[in-house]
Amino acid sequence: MFTIVNREEMAEGTVILNEIEAPRIASRAKPGQFVILKANEEGERIPLTMAETDPQKGTITIIYMVVGKSTALFKTLQVGEAYQDVIGPLGKPTTVEKVGNIVCVGGGTGIAVMHPITRALKDAGNHVTAILGARSKDLLILEEKMAAASHELLITTDDGSYGRKGFVTDALKDVLDKGDTQMVVAIGPVPMMKFVSKLTSEYQVKTIVSLNPIMVDGTGMCGGCRVTIGGKTKFACVDGPEFDGHQVDYDELMLRIQAYCEDEKRCFEDYCMLKPDYAR
Amino acid sequence: MAGQAAKKEKTPRLKMPEQEPHVRARNFHEVPLGLTAEMAIEEAGRCLQCKKPACVPGCPVGIDIPGFINLIREGEFTQSIRKLWEKNSLPAVCGRVCPQEIQCEGLCIVGKKGEPVAIGNLERFAADQERAHGTGELPPRAKPNGKKVAVVGSGPSGLTVAGDLIVKGYDVTILEAFHKPGGVLVYGIPEFRLPKAIVAQEINFLERLGVKVECNAVVGRTVSVDELFEEEGYDAVYIGVGAGLPRFMNIPGENLIGILSANEYLTRANLMKAYLFPEVDTPIPIGKNVVVLGAGNVAMDAARTAMRLGADKVRIVYRRSRDEMPARTAEIHHAEEEGIEFFLLTNPTRYFGNEQGRLTGMECLKMELGEPDDSGRRRPVPMEGSEFSLDCDLCVVAVGSGANPLLTQSTKDMQLNKWGYIDADLETGKTRKKGVWAGGDIVTGAATVILAMGAGRKAADSIDQYLSWGW
Ligand SMILES: Cc1cc2nc3c(=O)[nH]c(=O)nc-3n(C[C@H](O)[C@H](O)[C@H](O)COP(=O)(O)OP(=O)(O)OC[C@H]3O[C@@H](n4cnc5c(N)ncnc54)[C@H](O)[C@@H]3O)c2cc1C
Ligand code: SF4
Ligand code: FES
Repeated sequence: MFTIVNREEMAEGTVILNEIEAPRIASRAKPGQFVILKANEEGERIPLTMAETDPQKGTITIIYMVVGKSTALFKTLQVGEAYQDVIGPLGKPTTVEKVGNIVCVGGGTGIAVMHPITRALKDAGNHVTAILGARSKDLLILEEKMAAASHELLITTDDGSYGRKGFVTDALKDVLDKGDTQMVVAIGPVPMMKFVSKLTSEYQVKTIVSLNPIMVDGTGMCGGCRVTIGGKTKFACVDGPEFDGHQVDYDELMLRIQAYCEDEKRCFEDYCMLKPDYAR
Repeated sequence: MAGQAAKKEKTPRLKMPEQEPHVRARNFHEVPLGLTAEMAIEEAGRCLQCKKPACVPGCPVGIDIPGFINLIREGEFTQSIRKLWEKNSLPAVCGRVCPQEIQCEGLCIVGKKGEPVAIGNLERFAADQERAHGTGELPPRAKPNGKKVAVVGSGPSGLTVAGDLIVKGYDVTILEAFHKPGGVLVYGIPEFRLPKAIVAQEINFLERLGVKVECNAVVGRTVSVDELFEEEGYDAVYIGVGAGLPRFMNIPGENLIGILSANEYLTRANLMKAYLFPEVDTPIPIGKNVVVLGAGNVAMDAARTAMRLGADKVRIVYRRSRDEMPARTAEIHHAEEEGIEFFLLTNPTRYFGNEQGRLTGMECLKMELGEPDDSGRRRPVPMEGSEFSLDCDLCVVAVGSGANPLLTQSTKDMQLNKWGYIDADLETGKTRKKGVWAGGDIVTGAATVILAMGAGRKAADSIDQYLSWGW
């Protein structure tokens, strides 16, 4: 059992933070790695990249958006309650090196994943500019933490309710135009990563993205997580989750992520009918 | 009397009662229903009790076959299961899934003229009898000797090592990557062939003996083999992680939605119980028109699962002919009875999909058999201009598996062979790394439950020797 020791709601309750006791994972996890969680006996195995680890306390932190039955179920878990299973750390860690000027672009809950990576890149001696995107001000998360983890922080919102009105790519273009960026890291919804990669390829700036396809085991045993990178099939759980953004077949990923959409919807609706107050 | 002997010889092999094909093809309950005590005693009477039994050498773990059968004949069911346990700790599993027709039963003298004694069914009977009516009494256990052994992987080979060493007084912990122990027995082989309650009971038995089972422990990620020695104080490590790397066809269109490896399809169905969706949360694609590529046990299991999940049509596509199909005869027969069609000497060349990225069909080529290849089987060669297309909305790829590199690549000094399997001594299971043994599919490549168990038994003996006398 993996007990929740801290829980917060963010972005108007659509995004949840859980700090979970998992000493073995906490002592080994590195930025960029993920865990697979399963709430109870009937639960699904859900992969989530860790937002924080505390080896001293023996805890890991995940931040997720409530999007379906499983995350709605996760949301019901309170402090003192537990996930039945947490498996990790999985995947390859981010390669953290000094390369110079780096732009870290985070969108939605991708910001949570981006946070430890940004901090590690800054600690490694890079000059880090962070660009955060959200649909509106209320949905923006971790602004202060990202400010502390970077040298410069730029914010964009789709509706202009905070920061610059527009998309992260608008802010990124301005930074790239200065011509001194060596690397971009982009983590967020697939379309965001796709458009960031499209833009950076025009500038020929190396770009790393973190992919989150459907997974089952997370150990390279099922192939459910396959993605196409530079025309070759890779398993995101063991070969990734980070890949060269310019090589990813985003359109295929987008479709594969939605493979179970219909089933998901049915399951989620059944669940909402049973427990209307839980799944709001 | 001569007439008596003649009569005995002619008693036909007792047919195992089974669920009717049209009924079972739509449910997940076990197909064979088991023998009653009367039936088992009658079948046991067919055994000639040979002085030099031909069947025993066919059993990879050397069960005293005439011995346990004779005890059934005498109605001494408890004694019979004890006899089986001397050599085999998972008889309820082996009685169900061993390929007896090419092992013990294939060599049985009675089988020379008629049908062999139903050794597998009798083994299953003795084990089921014990499960239902046994005392559950634990075997004697040696005094704890204070030495710690880690068993990585909870498939049949790991379970065997754990069971053998715990009774010898070792402190044994199984580390399993999945959230539930059992290996292929829980994630691969379906409920209708091996009820999961049986596997759970076997694991519970080990736990009652004192074996600790730690799930969610991915060795190589959560903890490394070296850390098991250095930080967690283990004296020996056994690696039985199976052959968990799915092979694909590597033909165009393979990442379309609706194409799954057998590992994924069966894991969703068995381990995650997706056949109960939406009562459980894990979904599984429901195909109306399903193609399964390959013709081994895994392919039969996938095809029969698809049928049970409501397919209208399930087809096995295999590039060789019927004679080369690697699946057990009984399973091929079961699949056919359930309405699964076979497209033999057929090989897919590419998949077709629609704008939503979903599978709609595949192109296949007809094959003919040419010269024998490395495996001694005649090599299938494509017939020119024989392309045809096959509609399908779900394709399960069951064309074999390879060595999963997750543990082996993260363990220093681990010697592998050219296919990535662990280089271990076949007699002792010793690897080239000190204090580390390996066995089962990660050494031999995908094989059988009983071979994995046999390897586990040899390794347990070798570990015992090492921890008593040195490497
Ligand atoms: C669908 C299917 C049907 C089959 N049917 C039959 C049959 O009818 N008869 C027969 O005899 N054989 C059959 N087989 C083959 C048989 O199941 C295998 O040969 C046997 O299970 C191998 O045993 P094992 O102990 O080596 O490994 P496995 O049973 O594969 O178990 C390995 C375990 O190790 C775990 N593991 C892997 N990596 C790690 C890690 N890094 N850290 C911790 N744990 C890890 C895995 O999760 C798994 O639980 C079948 C196989 C399949 C897939
Ligand atoms: S099954 Fe046949 S070979 Fe085996 S012990 Fe009985 S009579 Fe002998
Ligand atoms: S999740 Fe199964 S191989 Fe990646």
